[in-house]
Amino acid sequence: MVRRLAPSVNAGSMADIAFLLLIFFLVSTTIETDYGIMRKLPPLIEDSPEVIIKKKNLFQVELNQLNQLLVEGTLMDIRDLKKAAIEFLDNGGGARDLTCSYCRGAKDIKSSDHPNKAVISLVNSRETNYETYIAVQNKLVAAYTELRNREAERLYGVSFVTMKKNLIDGRYGGDKPKLRERIKKIQSMYPEKLSEAEPRNQ
Amino acid sequence: MSKFKNKKNNQLPEISTSSLPDIVFMLLFFFMVATVMRQNTLMIQNVLPYADQVEKLDTKLVMNIYAGKPSSRYTDMGTEARIQLNDKFANIKDIKTFILAERTLKRPAEVPFLITSLKVDKETKMGLVGDIKKELRAIQALKINYTTNTGQAKDNFNQ
Repeated sequence: MVRRLAPSVNAGSMADIAFLLLIFFLVSTTIETDYGIMRKLPPLIEDSPEVIIKKKNLFQVELNQLNQLLVEGTLMDIRDLKKAAIEFLDNGGGARDLTCSYCRGAKDIKSSDHPNKAVISLVNSRETNYETYIAVQNKLVAAYTELRNREAERLYGVSFVTMKKNLIDGRYGGDKPKLRERIKKIQSMYPEKLSEAEPRNQ
Repeated sequence: MSKFKNKKNNQLPEISTSSLPDIVFMLLFFFMVATVMRQNTLMIQNVLPYADQVEKLDTKLVMNIYAGKPSSRYTDMGTEARIQLNDKFANIKDIKTFILAERTLKRPAEVPFLITSLKVDKETKMGLVGDIKKELRAIQALKINYTTNTGQAKDNFNQ
């Protein structure tokens, strides 16, 4: 009996085919960005009651149509915004029942009483660029995050950002309800009070 | 005869390339698994701004609203920034219908956790973004996310 060996198939071009497929996938797919700044919009209420906020508890941030940043009416570079916002939020100039025990600010009576009272008001023109607006939003969120990080580290020895990361991490071994409570506590120490008025038409 | 034999022995043996396809296939599978296909074909320019205070989005509970100038293929739509919803150019008024339609696709328990992701080109004027936000407030879609690239915010001004 004659045993015949099957002729071997030339596999040299296999690599080329695979490369073609690879390049097709490389070109046709785009990695979707799924990171961003989380915000919560206020509900739309018809004829809402006027809330009176003391002028010293209000930090006015304005973006005009030339993409210039005005803080409390004076021009400011975006790089200095975070520092200014922290100084305002952390001031703690209130007396008696408004005393802020954890603030480390200058305790200036002309600035905010308590982080709970401090409101940042962000006004933009319709002609402002989205890019500038995001840069400002980013700086303001960074100010809150820095203060929260500081308090979280003082109270629990972990930064606020790590706590939040742990909360959504499935592999986190610690006590999640307790963690959630702690995050709530830190958030209530420095609540994000960012008011946005209607864009101004200039 | 021995002269020829010596010459043949000096040559380097051929490198076997038979495992090359396997290596390339491995790469191919990696890319196939790691990349997420974009759901919508973009008809607008969409260069996102940079920010560093970002949080990750759960992609299952997201509604995407795109905005920006029409891309070069759609110049007949003008040069003014437009909104894109589901492969179509849309007007401000269409946002309400879009959100309601998206909500019906989700389970009722998931609806309160839906996040609207605003993917807005960095050159867009805030007027349009303000109008979108106003519509979202009117329809109680209050959780929003300004989707950005991760990077230093100062990268925004390096042009």
